[in-house]
Amino acid sequence: MANEIIDGVIRALQLIFSGDPTVVEISVRSILISGSATMIAFLWSLPVAAVLGLRRFRVRFLAKGFFNAMLGIPTVTLGLVLYLFFSKAGPVGFLRLLYHPAGMIIGQAVLITPIMVSFITNAIESVDQEIKDLAKTLGASEVEASIAVLKESLNGVLLAVTASFNRAIAELGVVLMVGGNIAGFTSVLTTTIALEINRDIELSIALAIILLLIVSALTISINLVQRRRT
Amino acid sequence: MKPLIELQNIGKKFENLTAVQDVNLKIFEGEVFSLLGPNGSGKTTLLRIMAGIEKPTRGEVRFRGAKVDGNNAHKARLATTMVFQKATLFNTTVYKNIAYGLQLRGYPKNETEHKIKEALKTVELEGYEKRQAKKLSGGEQQRVALARALALDTDVLLLDEPTANIDPKNVSIIENVLSLVNKEKGATMVIATHNVFQAETLANRAALLLEGRIVKEGTPQEIFALPSSILANYARLENVFRGASRISAEGTSIIEIGEGMQVEAALQRLGDVTVYVRPEDIILSSQPFQSSARNRFEGRITEVLDMGSVVRLKVDAGKAFMVQITMRSFNEMQLNVSSRVFLAFKASAVQVL
Repeated sequence: MANEIIDGVIRALQLIFSGDPTVVEISVRSILISGSATMIAFLWSLPVAAVLGLRRFRVRFLAKGFFNAMLGIPTVTLGLVLYLFFSKAGPVGFLRLLYHPAGMIIGQAVLITPIMVSFITNAIESVDQEIKDLAKTLGASEVEASIAVLKESLNGVLLAVTASFNRAIAELGVVLMVGGNIAGFTSVLTTTIALEINRDIELSIALAIILLLIVSALTISINLVQRRRT
Repeated sequence: MKPLIELQNIGKKFENLTAVQDVNLKIFEGEVFSLLGPNGSGKTTLLRIMAGIEKPTRGEVRFRGAKVDGNNAHKARLATTMVFQKATLFNTTVYKNIAYGLQLRGYPKNETEHKIKEALKTVELEGYEKRQAKKLSGGEQQRVALARALALDTDVLLLDEPTANIDPKNVSIIENVLSLVNKEKGATMVIATHNVFQAETLANRAALLLEGRIVKEGTPQEIFALPSSILANYARLENVFRGASRISAEGTSIIEIGEGMQVEAALQRLGDVTVYVRPEDIILSSQPFQSSARNRFEGRITEVLDMGSVVRLKVDAGKAFMVQITMRSFNEMQLNVSSRVFLAFKASAVQVL
C-alpha cells in the first residue's frame, strides 16, 4: 500500500512537471472560475461591508448577524438551492446556467459573499474611529474620509479576499452540483480529485498537490504583503 | 476686529451626558487661545465643534462671520485643522501622512514635496520622509501629526492636549514649534490643555472650562488670579498653589500655600500670589534627600499614571503634587500607590503666574 502511494505521488509529480495538458487545463479553469467568483463577490461585498462598517443604522446588527450566520453554510446545501434555481424548471432556468462555468462562478461568488462581507466589515470596524475624523480635519469630504478608512483597513481586506478565494477554490459541493464535472468544460480541481480517485489516482494526487500549492502560495504572498505594510 | 471663529450659545449633548453648554467664544486672527480645564470639562468637544467634526446640539458656529452649515461646512473645514491628543496617523510613511491633506487641496507634486520637507524641518524630523509613521516613538509620532497640520497652512490650528502623553524632550520641541509658528507666521491657534505652564507661556488669551461651561475668560494672568480653591481643587490644575507671600531674610519669597506648608521661590513678591511648579521639575526619591533644594516635602503616592516612557505620580504631601519621572526610575525605585516618597524642587523652579 505504501509503495502504491509513493508510486502514485511520483507519477503525479511526473504529470505536473511534464506539463500534462489535462492537469494544466483543469488547474487554469479552477483558477479562472474561483478568481472570477472572488472578483464578483468583492465588487458587491465591498459596498455592503462599507455601509455596515462605516454607518450606524437600526438593522445593522441584524444584517451583520445574517452574514455571520451564513459563514458556515454547508456547500452542498447551497449547491442544492442553486441547482433548483438554475435547473430548467427553476426561476432562472432560462439563463441556462446549470452545468456551465458561469453558473459555477455565480455559485462560488454567493458562497464566499458572507466571508467577504464579514471579514471586510470587521476590518473597517477595527480601524481607529479617529481615522475618519482625522481625514476630515485634514480637509476630506465625507466620501474621501470613508475612502481613507477603507485604505487603512487594506490588510483586513486582503485577508478577506485571500480567505474567500481559498474557500472558493477548495469547495466541492457547489461546483459539483452546479457544474457537474463535465470533462473539458466544467471539471475543476476539487471535482476531478473527488471523482477520479478510483479511476486515475495519479491525476487526483497531482491535482491535490496543485490545489495545496495554489492555496499555500497565495496565503504566503499575502502574508508577505501584509508584513511589508506594517 | 472681526473674530475668525465665533461660537454662539453652543451646547452639545451625548445621549444623557451634557458635554458643553451655553458656550460663547470668539477666536481672533493671529491669537493663541488656550482652553484650560480638567479632563472631562468639555475642551475636546469644543475643539471638535470648531474643527467641524462634531455638530453642536444647540447654538451656531460662525467662521469669518458666516454661519457654518451644510453648505459651507466642508469649506470651513478646509480652513482649519486639528492635532489630536493621541497621535493619530495613517498606517503608511511619514511622507504620505503629511501629503494626504496637501493632495486633497490639489497641490502639485513638487510643491507637496517642498512643504513636507519644510514641515519636517520645523518639527526637527528632517529626513524622516520614508520612515513608517507608526513605528516612531510616541513623541515623534506627535511631531509628525503636528508637521502634517503645519504643512497645510490653515487659517486656524486646533490642538488637543498636544503634549499630554509624551516625554519632556518632545514636549519642549513641540512647545518651541508652536511658539515659533505663531510668532513667525502669525498662525491662529486654539490649544486645549491642563498644563498651566503651556497656557501661560503660549497663549494670549484663555478660558477656564469647568463641567462644560466657561467660568472665566481673559488673559492667562487674569485666569490664574482666580482663588486657588477654584484653580487647584475645583479645576484640578496641576501644581498650582495660591497664598500670601513674604520676603525672606535671604531675599527669596516664602509663600504660605495652606495646610501649614510653605514654598520658597527665587524671586521677590509680596501679598497674594499664584505659583506653579512643572511636574518634571520636581525630584522624587524613595529615600530622604541630602539636597540643597529649598523645597523639600514628604508624602505618599496616591495615583500612578502610566504614560509610556514617563510616569506621572500624584503625591499627597499635605497638598497634592503631580510629579513626572521616567519609567526607568519608577521601576528602579519599585514605587506603587501608597509608597512613601520624598519630593524636592529648587526655589528657581517655582514660577509666579
